[in-house]
Amino acid sequence: MDTTITNNFKSEEYQINMGPQHPATHGVLRLLLTIDGEIIKRVEPDLGYIHRSIEKMCERDSYQQIVHLTDRMDYLSSHINNEAVCLTVENALQLEIPERVKVIRTIIAELTRIASHTLWWGVMGMDVGALTTYFYGFRDREMINDIFEETCGARLTMNYNIPGGLMFDIHPNFVKRTKEFIAHFKTKLPEYDLLLSNNIIFRKRMEGIGILTKEDAISFGASGPVGRASGYSCDVRKHHSYSAYDKVTFNEILKTEGDTYARYQVRILEMWESLSIIEQLIDNIPEGEFFAKTNTVIKLPEGEYYQKVETARGELGVYIVSTGTKNPYRMKFRSPGFSNLSLLNHIAVGGKIGDLVATMATLDLVIPDIDR
Amino acid sequence: MNITKNIHEWLFSLMPETTASIVEMVLIAIVYLGIFAVAGLYLVLLERRVAAWFQLRLGPNRVGYQGLLQTMADALKLVSKELTGTIKADKFLYNLAPYFVIVTALMAMSLFPFSKEFQAFDINIGIFFLIAISSIGVIGILLAGWSSNNKFALIGAMRSGVQTISYELSVGLSLLTMVLMTGSLQLSQIVEVQKHGWLIVQGHIPAVIAFCIYMIAGTAETNRAPFDLVEAESELGAGFHTEYSGMKFAYFFLAEFINMFIIASIATTVFFGAYLSPFGITENIPLLGVFWFLIKTLAIIFLMMWFRWTFPRLRIDQLLVLEWKYLLPLNLMNLIIMALMVLLGLTIQF
Amino acid sequence: MTNEALQNLISSWIPDPIAIELEFTEEKSQFLNITVQPEQLHQLMTQLKSNPDTNFDYLFCLTGMDWGKELGVVYHLESTTHRHQIVVKVKTEDRENPTLDTVCKIWYTAEFHEREVFDFFGIKFNNHPNLKRLFLTEEWDGFPLRKDYVDEINMVIK
Repeated sequence: MDTTITNNFKSEEYQINMGPQHPATHGVLRLLLTIDGEIIKRVEPDLGYIHRSIEKMCERDSYQQIVHLTDRMDYLSSHINNEAVCLTVENALQLEIPERVKVIRTIIAELTRIASHTLWWGVMGMDVGALTTYFYGFRDREMINDIFEETCGARLTMNYNIPGGLMFDIHPNFVKRTKEFIAHFKTKLPEYDLLLSNNIIFRKRMEGIGILTKEDAISFGASGPVGRASGYSCDVRKHHSYSAYDKVTFNEILKTEGDTYARYQVRILEMWESLSIIEQLIDNIPEGEFFAKTNTVIKLPEGEYYQKVETARGELGVYIVSTGTKNPYRMKFRSPGFSNLSLLNHIAVGGKIGDLVATMATLDLVIPDIDR
Repeated sequence: MNITKNIHEWLFSLMPETTASIVEMVLIAIVYLGIFAVAGLYLVLLERRVAAWFQLRLGPNRVGYQGLLQTMADALKLVSKELTGTIKADKFLYNLAPYFVIVTALMAMSLFPFSKEFQAFDINIGIFFLIAISSIGVIGILLAGWSSNNKFALIGAMRSGVQTISYELSVGLSLLTMVLMTGSLQLSQIVEVQKHGWLIVQGHIPAVIAFCIYMIAGTAETNRAPFDLVEAESELGAGFHTEYSGMKFAYFFLAEFINMFIIASIATTVFFGAYLSPFGITENIPLLGVFWFLIKTLAIIFLMMWFRWTFPRLRIDQLLVLEWKYLLPLNLMNLIIMALMVLLGLTIQF
Repeated sequence: MTNEALQNLISSWIPDPIAIELEFTEEKSQFLNITVQPEQLHQLMTQLKSNPDTNFDYLFCLTGMDWGKELGVVYHLESTTHRHQIVVKVKTEDRENPTLDTVCKIWYTAEFHEREVFDFFGIKFNNHPNLKRLFLTEEWDGFPLRKDYVDEINMVIK
């Protein structure tokens, strides 16, 4: 079953398949490249290798079960995915969530964001050839995984947020270990800048590549660091605040060049901002309940509900259409990777294969998020 | 050396002259093959331990004491693998390609003066012969990429071809800069001249520049990072040796490490005085020269490994721009400066 | 802009309220919902984007829906300058061969989203540059997210 593109195919061009098993595509993604020498003429993604029909499954599962399905979508920001569904359900039921829950959810979401960005940094270096960065990125991520393992019981798919609050209270060591992690990480981030960000070879590989203008970013629906690097202010934590984000002060990192290096810098600076958010909250976790009472069988009132959150990749939207029964009538996940992938053809054409690899690394795609 | 003289006389007494010389050459070839195999194996292990050290982990340290038998185990595994091949590959060229790289590597190894008595082939055009031999190695890579009948392999082979041809110029010119001080291309003569001080010290500024250019160009010649887009794992699978498995893959793999050893050995011979000890402290002990040669070569190999695990890789057009627009003019200017220095007698001699 | 102001502004664009019907509702939803007929969809969308007072330049969600009898699409729009949001719904009763106009020339992100809707609901979009299935294989029979989809092997029904 060969999906070749037969329009616009000239005789001196040839087609190469990148994937579905490929070290640089970060998951099972097949890219059909039409190349002339080293210049890329067209990139066509072929999706569906990890499609698990999550949206159809949601139509027969209860709301508590749906939360567990969402961790498997973008597994690197699993807490934030869970939080999105929980917030939608809680807003629909108009539940009053305790302050303690909101603050803990924010802290955990920011830790998840840092974990996702350190993994992204490690893999980014590996893709452009600096093979050592992978280990440094994972070393720091291990510390966060250990914190999560103690509190939530799992390292990757955590299932800690549930509609109504949290599944258990935080472990007594949580605050201490998080503070240790912050102190450790603050010494490491400048090291990473020294190793990779200011390296002349790295900058030559990244500057001026894959430029995305602001109008194109808005039109393609780019969100998260991809949009912010083009000057498009799209941080959901600022514009449509949720949980405890209105209580903390942090900057939204905007860059104007829109090239690969700008996307790289935005993520590195975002890690600093996340550290600052955690520092503001970690000492002041309010006392109280960690759970608001809900029925065992949750039934949303009839209507349509939409909630946006900011995952490490961009804006995740959860759209629930309910007819009053215990399962949703229709559930749609607007995933950030899906829109970010659609602009790959636009920005990679005209560059070389090496540029395509660097660009894809900065788009930070997680394929299960796209395929759902 | 007494042993070699005794064997030499014994052989010549046994058989007629031509047969004896042929048998002698075969024996020398077998000894060098042994050195080649051992050097290759232990360089692979060294690379893995050094890489592990940079990456904050341990590396292989279980098989044998501190992992010394690791590559032995790997070699045994590779030998026992099935030799796969694609149907559409050109059989003859596909099988021939690894031998090109191996044979050129072996030929180059035979020239080095490991010690005063320990040099197999002391031809009077030594340096020139070395550079010529390393140019033949690129044919093996191009053949491998072409005959595999695989687009990725072809892209990798083409990139490698253009890279090697470009950087040979820099290698040759930087070595030529040093030869200006010695007045001879013969390797033993070059070492003789260095009894008055290593060439990098004798030539001070232009020699240091020539060494830097030589290291950059040498790393590019052997397709090592940061110039390793030939086998850029993140981009093309495995480049030109994608379709090779088992022993043939082992040939390419070993040949890369031996090439690295050759580049480092040339640098040691031409810049750092081959088997001469610093300040001439141990010249009297007969075979200690080998120890000094190995120490210097290993230091340069460590430097090349350090490059690999730190820097990202360059894109093909950036690589070519580096050579043709920056290194080549710099090299030519350096050559003129060195010529002027030698003419005016400004070199440092001890 | 508030929902009322938006509703008034958009109603003022229609020259003939009887021929072109737009339904506005705010119940059971947090946004202003507009239901439009398939024939006026493209024109309404173009105006929603280009008019400087509304300036809906960000299409943040495109969802296919099967309402039991009708099939359709729900568009969630936002303006990056005014920060107001709106929902546009379009329905068609034709289940055999449902066709709608594409909006991918207005918002580029719609290209992939409409392919997904075609894949799961079977709704064809006119003037779409590359309308093929996205996630499922080319030979797949049927449209899985429709409510009347039956699959003995793959679907587990409780």
